[in-house]
Amino acid sequence: MKTAYLLAAFAPLVGAIIAGLWGRRIGRAGAHWVTILGVAVSFFASLWTMSDVLNGNTFNGTLYSWATIGSVKLEVGFLIDTLTVTMMAVVTFVSLMVHIYTIGYMADDDGYQRFFSYISLFTFSMMMLVMSNNFLQLFFGWEAVGLMSYLLIGFWYTRPTAIYANLKAFLVNRVGDFGFLLGIGLVLAYFGSLDYATVFKTAPEVVGKTIEIMPGAPWAVLSVACICLFIGAMGKSAQFPLHVWLPDSMEGPTPISALIHAATMVTAGIFMVARMSPLFELSDAALGFVIVIGAITALFMGFLGVVQHDIKRVVAYSTLSQLGYMTVALGSSAYGVAIFHLMTHAFFKALLFLAAGSVIIGMHHEQDMRKMGGLRKYMPITWITSLIGSLALIGTPFFSGFYSKDMIIEAAGLANVPGAGFAHFAVMASVFVTAFYSFRMYFLVFHGKERFGHDEHGHGAAHGHDDHGHGGKPHETPAVVTVPLILLAIPSVLIGLYTVAPMLFGDYFKDVIIVGANHPAMAELAEEFHGWVALGLHSVQTLPFWLALAGVASAYYCYLVNPKVPETLARVFSGVYRILINKYYLDRFNEIVFAGGARLIGKGLWKGGDQGLIDGIAINGSARLVGWFSGVLRLVQNGRINSYAISMIVGVGLLMLFVLIPLMQR
Amino acid sequence: MTLTLAHYLVLGAILFAIGVLGIFMNRRNVIIVLMAIELMLLAVNMNFVAFSHFLGDAAGQIFVFFILTVAAAEAAIGLAILVTLFRNLESIEIGELESLKG
Repeated sequence: MKTAYLLAAFAPLVGAIIAGLWGRRIGRAGAHWVTILGVAVSFFASLWTMSDVLNGNTFNGTLYSWATIGSVKLEVGFLIDTLTVTMMAVVTFVSLMVHIYTIGYMADDDGYQRFFSYISLFTFSMMMLVMSNNFLQLFFGWEAVGLMSYLLIGFWYTRPTAIYANLKAFLVNRVGDFGFLLGIGLVLAYFGSLDYATVFKTAPEVVGKTIEIMPGAPWAVLSVACICLFIGAMGKSAQFPLHVWLPDSMEGPTPISALIHAATMVTAGIFMVARMSPLFELSDAALGFVIVIGAITALFMGFLGVVQHDIKRVVAYSTLSQLGYMTVALGSSAYGVAIFHLMTHAFFKALLFLAAGSVIIGMHHEQDMRKMGGLRKYMPITWITSLIGSLALIGTPFFSGFYSKDMIIEAAGLANVPGAGFAHFAVMASVFVTAFYSFRMYFLVFHGKERFGHDEHGHGAAHGHDDHGHGGKPHETPAVVTVPLILLAIPSVLIGLYTVAPMLFGDYFKDVIIVGANHPAMAELAEEFHGWVALGLHSVQTLPFWLALAGVASAYYCYLVNPKVPETLARVFSGVYRILINKYYLDRFNEIVFAGGARLIGKGLWKGGDQGLIDGIAINGSARLVGWFSGVLRLVQNGRINSYAISMIVGVGLLMLFVLIPLMQR
Repeated sequence: MTLTLAHYLVLGAILFAIGVLGIFMNRRNVIIVLMAIELMLLAVNMNFVAFSHFLGDAAGQIFVFFILTVAAAEAAIGLAILVTLFRNLESIEIGELESLKG
């Protein structure tokens, strides 16, 4: 089976290398064939691995020993179990769809080969991350996906906004990664190993140990380590307050938004916490922290989606909100539910993003929803698939999103860690918000009056790669775009009802995700569960269903029946509206406090440290000292032979004294 | 009164001091400096001879011959430098020889 593991991990790398280094020689078609082949091989190898794992053959072994420092081994290894194969299948499937879709989306772009090379390399990094059996390789994958995200956000590197966005993403991720590195360091210090299995086995022994970060305040090592690890997850999975990079990352091409910033990379943090469940289970403090952060993200990022006009940004804020949901599930100790939602979300969010991209192509690279409307006549396939994606997102019964979301809300209600009550309220309220902004987008884009055609000039200059020609009607996109949409729409509907029972309540995650006896949320959920049909039918009697329906209805009223309502609301609640449109002023805050502070420190160090101390005192100062000293010495060199002779004689006299005085004392 | 070693040493010291003073106090003429140096060398010779005599060792007197030879050579070179100096500067005044000034 090792062959399958190796193929799954390294086939995309081979594709990426070929497309990246010899892209010009193999041409555009060559580049997309070789990378798609690589990812397809990886996908089928993942499926093969999955069927093997389902037969009970898990694997945990070392592939390559990189270095040994004392007793610490730095190794590359694979841990193949149900959690890993789930991630592998999701990542490679979405990646394959995105690869195919990219042929259509990037058809006119100059960086075609470079793009394919990047996304294949990203797939490789993500596979290394999820297949890892130790913290070091996890960190490698972690940083590699961050790097690919940076490269891809700034893919159109001639746009200043893209460069700003990728720098921002990189810097914000750095904050998270610092926490992550601290967490790994703590794990290494207290467990003496980087290997998952060893660490999880020794975890109960570390429970009682404390660490004094500030003198006089002992904290449990496990809580500190888990919170540090989770800070890493906050950066990568864009949790409040480190979420600021994700909306800006929409500067990248849309396939990337779908692959990296919705379906796979941002879920790395969720996956990591689920993988670390044996550690997180031992710390209620860390779980409380996780659930509160997740709840804040789920609710407050949803609000922001309501006021955005850019179609991609709406989907981006919805991603943030859904990542918040997953985090709440993690905090409720319902790790399986989080992974389940991760999986369903990967399908329908990739679908929504690719549909948004399809709309953008159809609209000749127009992203403002105010200039769309009535597109369902022109783009039927995109219309139907977006509707499916939106329905899955808001949790319509029997769609995939329904099962995962409903389980998260239930789990948050049953959780007993601090902050669970707030989290339950937040995810419940967020159901309404999600339904509202999803259908606001849906109605604005596909229904209502046709608002395009008025402003056809002005955006052509900003999108130099667009040769579709302007002034035409929107058109349905080519098959390479619509086929992935259809292929993603199928699991968006079906995956939930097929997998909910075995994945959450069967033995699927047994021994992989450990839940402590003191966190009974999952067990209580299992008691209430009576099959997917019952769950779907029962939902009509529950609050989330009616909240979602209310959200859709109010979106319908506000944007189709009476379009004056949103304007009036914005005017009446102008204070709230201004806060939302400015994204809670977090960007401004970061700009002033962190960026401004860094600039201030930099300026201080430049003026005081560099110009003052190093240049002024150390370099120019020593030069000036030498100048002054030689000025003094120059007085001695007056050119008079007499005085030279005098100094010679005085010198001889002194030398004689020096020699004779010890002699005379004898 | 007999002449003791001390007398000779005092004479040598006086000669040496005159030589030093000749260098110090003379502000005009390079020739005088050369003469003063010669005088100092002679003072040293005086000490050598005196010690040689009173210690009964002839090596000191032989050394004096060497010093005299070297002093003669040195005087010859010094005068030659002086001549070229005069050709270049049209002067042998010490005050003007200050091109080494830093």
